[in-house]
Amino acid sequence: MKIIESLLNKAKKVSEQAEVFWVTSQNTDASFEANRLKSVETRQGRYLSLRIVKDGRIGYSSTNKIDNVDEILNMALDVAKFGAKAEFELPSLQNYPKVEVYDDNVNHVPIKQMVDLGNTMIATVRDHNAEVICEAGVTKNAISVTLLNSNGGQASYEKTSFSLGVEGLLTRGTDMLFVGEHESSCRPLSDVSKITTATIRQLERAKETAPPIQGQLPVVFTPKGVAIALISPLVIAYNGKNIVQGSSPLVNKLGQQMYTEEISVYDDATINYRPGCRICDDEGIASRKTPLIENGRVSNFLYDLQTAGMAKAQSTGNANRGGGLPSPSSSTLIVAEGSTSVEDIIADMKQGLVIEILMGAGQGNTIGGEFGGNVLLGYKVENGTIVGRVKDTMVSGNIYSALKEGVVIGDRSAWVGGMLKTPSIYCPLLSVTTQS
Amino acid sequence: MREQIVDALKGHNADYIEIRLEDGKSSRLQYRGQELEDIGQSTGSGGNVRALVNGGWGFISFNDPGELRAKVELAVKQARLVGNEKSLIAQSDPIVDIVPLELIKDPLSISLNDKKRLLDEYIDVIWSTPSIQTSTISYSDGYKKVVFANSEGSYIEQSRVDVTARITAMARDGSDVQQSGISIGSKGDFGVVEDIHQQIKGCAERAVQMLAAPKVKGSQYTVVLDPILAGVFTHEAFGHLSESDFVYENDRMREIMVLGRKFGKPLLNIVDGGAVPGYRGSYKYDDEGIPSTKTYLIKEGVLVGRLHSRETAAKMGERPTGNARAISYSHQPIVRMSNTYIEPGATTFEEMISDIKEGVYAKNWYGGMTSMEMFTFSAGEAYMIRNGKIAELLRPVVLSGNVFTTLENIDAIGNDLDMNQGGGCGKGGQSPLAVSNGSPHIKISDCLVGGS
Repeated sequence: MKIIESLLNKAKKVSEQAEVFWVTSQNTDASFEANRLKSVETRQGRYLSLRIVKDGRIGYSSTNKIDNVDEILNMALDVAKFGAKAEFELPSLQNYPKVEVYDDNVNHVPIKQMVDLGNTMIATVRDHNAEVICEAGVTKNAISVTLLNSNGGQASYEKTSFSLGVEGLLTRGTDMLFVGEHESSCRPLSDVSKITTATIRQLERAKETAPPIQGQLPVVFTPKGVAIALISPLVIAYNGKNIVQGSSPLVNKLGQQMYTEEISVYDDATINYRPGCRICDDEGIASRKTPLIENGRVSNFLYDLQTAGMAKAQSTGNANRGGGLPSPSSSTLIVAEGSTSVEDIIADMKQGLVIEILMGAGQGNTIGGEFGGNVLLGYKVENGTIVGRVKDTMVSGNIYSALKEGVVIGDRSAWVGGMLKTPSIYCPLLSVTTQS
Repeated sequence: MREQIVDALKGHNADYIEIRLEDGKSSRLQYRGQELEDIGQSTGSGGNVRALVNGGWGFISFNDPGELRAKVELAVKQARLVGNEKSLIAQSDPIVDIVPLELIKDPLSISLNDKKRLLDEYIDVIWSTPSIQTSTISYSDGYKKVVFANSEGSYIEQSRVDVTARITAMARDGSDVQQSGISIGSKGDFGVVEDIHQQIKGCAERAVQMLAAPKVKGSQYTVVLDPILAGVFTHEAFGHLSESDFVYENDRMREIMVLGRKFGKPLLNIVDGGAVPGYRGSYKYDDEGIPSTKTYLIKEGVLVGRLHSRETAAKMGERPTGNARAISYSHQPIVRMSNTYIEPGATTFEEMISDIKEGVYAKNWYGGMTSMEMFTFSAGEAYMIRNGKIAELLRPVVLSGNVFTTLENIDAIGNDLDMNQGGGCGKGGQSPLAVSNGSPHIKISDCLVGGS
């Protein structure tokens, strides 16, 4: 604490605004390869960053060496000569919502228990099919965040997280099948059955290889499929940077119907015990729930202080730091549930696909809304029934045409990796190409 | 410091222990639109201890290098929790070496002002192109010194300087956004980011042209890849498959990847090597202190080698290749590529496309991914080939396929090897690792291209 206060005091004297951000972390990881425990890793980390505004321009520096406060300040002053024009006032002391993201029990989960959880996941999956070779990971994590600025703003909180994951590989000849599931929470997880049941269901559904199909076909994305294929092209258009810059297809589209009425999406950093949640963002702006899509209409964009200033808008509390200056990004995304069960959706399909993993979906022109890739894990539906796995098949589309008329949203949502909760989504027509 | 490290390694009840300490600094400049959005400098240091006991690994990483001996003890204790078999790592003679820094034009000696002036010129080039909506440039450079020591008596100091830049131009028509970009990088040479005005101009013009370009019809095509994309293909489609950590404990994979298996036609030769000098994936010793090598993976179409760490080499009864790499002190070294490329053949580009009635010429890259059997990679620029000639510009295309059949389907290899230094590789949460990849132009029959 002394270091960051002394850095802030020194920085205040030579700049108009200053902000110090300090994070420490502790992480323990039990990792399993080829069906058995391979290593136990412990990581300790720390990270100190300084943002100043000097002569109206932003200066920034960061380090994990905390013995030389003057060097950190000098680096920031050095770059402030060239920095972007500051379009913000740092927040003064604020009231924050109560968001529970810390559970001390995580810190006390013994390594032995983590190892047991990993072994149980692997044993359960292999009990179903002994030919599957499994990797698994059990991780516990704790961070402490402190933020102080020259306008009297200050925030500090601790967060824990615990995650479980298993991945199985089934090889027959050169044919490879990848299955797996993961889960995370701010509290210790002790029940692996959700993960193992989902993984075993994937193995069951992929037991047979179905003959390939192609053309314009209906596709159901499972929650995992939504996360991999649809979320990134959807959310990138809401990033305040892309709005300010004019590169988002949603510029000037606030309030307009851009997608089917069936779909509503929220960014919400206030949900208890979700790893993407917190009391405030990385600039000390209070967390909140922000609608992005309400019944198909564009509701809000995601801003941090600087992009909000440039857009003449307000920060939505979405500043994140990934080692550099804060930048807007989603916190925890919620896709609202529809009213049709995924079983009914599949039962109504004459011929189509169910997609869990679309490999390479994020590689293309995501800012233009495009998604496309190889179906790494997906199933063929014939006359309302899943008949087996599809291979050598590519699916591509664009969310601005794919999420329009005929889309059906499932009635049960699931958390995918702790940062997204979504139901399955049915798209009536996507381009499916296959190798003969 | 050396004495402390060597002392901390002594007298533990473990089969093997290593210590890695790093110190570095970096700077970056990021433009969004015409504005310098982010400019920053950072310094960092940290280290790790990795210990092997009875076949199990313990690993501790930290920023504060104090009480090194206690950290070694903790790593050994964690390894003991894991291990329940005999430890097996390939033999290696201890190496003591201080490797001098290789520099051509040191980016750290160029002032921020001069870096900014150069990038401002590129901004002007892009924005003087009609119909450009916006652009992004991200430039970074960094210096890193790594000290490695192990319980077998090795002590190695290595340093490197990296430069990378990614320049993207975007054009928009209503809600239709198209982009075109270039990626460049080098080990120790700021010169690669200088004098690229013409390339950037072409890139900006192409983003605008793509707005009017048609989408390819999704189908199987004969595809010609330029050296950049063919390099990405080599890396994604085959390179990852030759990383032994996917193979050594999986009997089925060992059958698939048995040395002597035919993977392609006799014209196909694929190499990986950290010892190939002058590229981003070049280094003298890997992160286990093993000397880098040049390894033939495929020779005349046949699988002849693979990439190893000390552990995978020992467990497969082969020699270590110096391919155990870690992106930073907070990660364990894992089997990674270095400089991966297809060796040149004799065919000219004109000869290669001359007999293609309808095909796709795919250039440049957005990215690529692999699942061993399946790969997918995206081209940043693509054209139809019609009647042996390059025809209309297309929207960017995504190519995908089965590794085994696609390698078999390489029908022609050009005479124009070129290495791509602008990429980075991700694996096991460690990204982007400095690698290079390359190839001459190659022709692949029956390649799956996604489209409308």
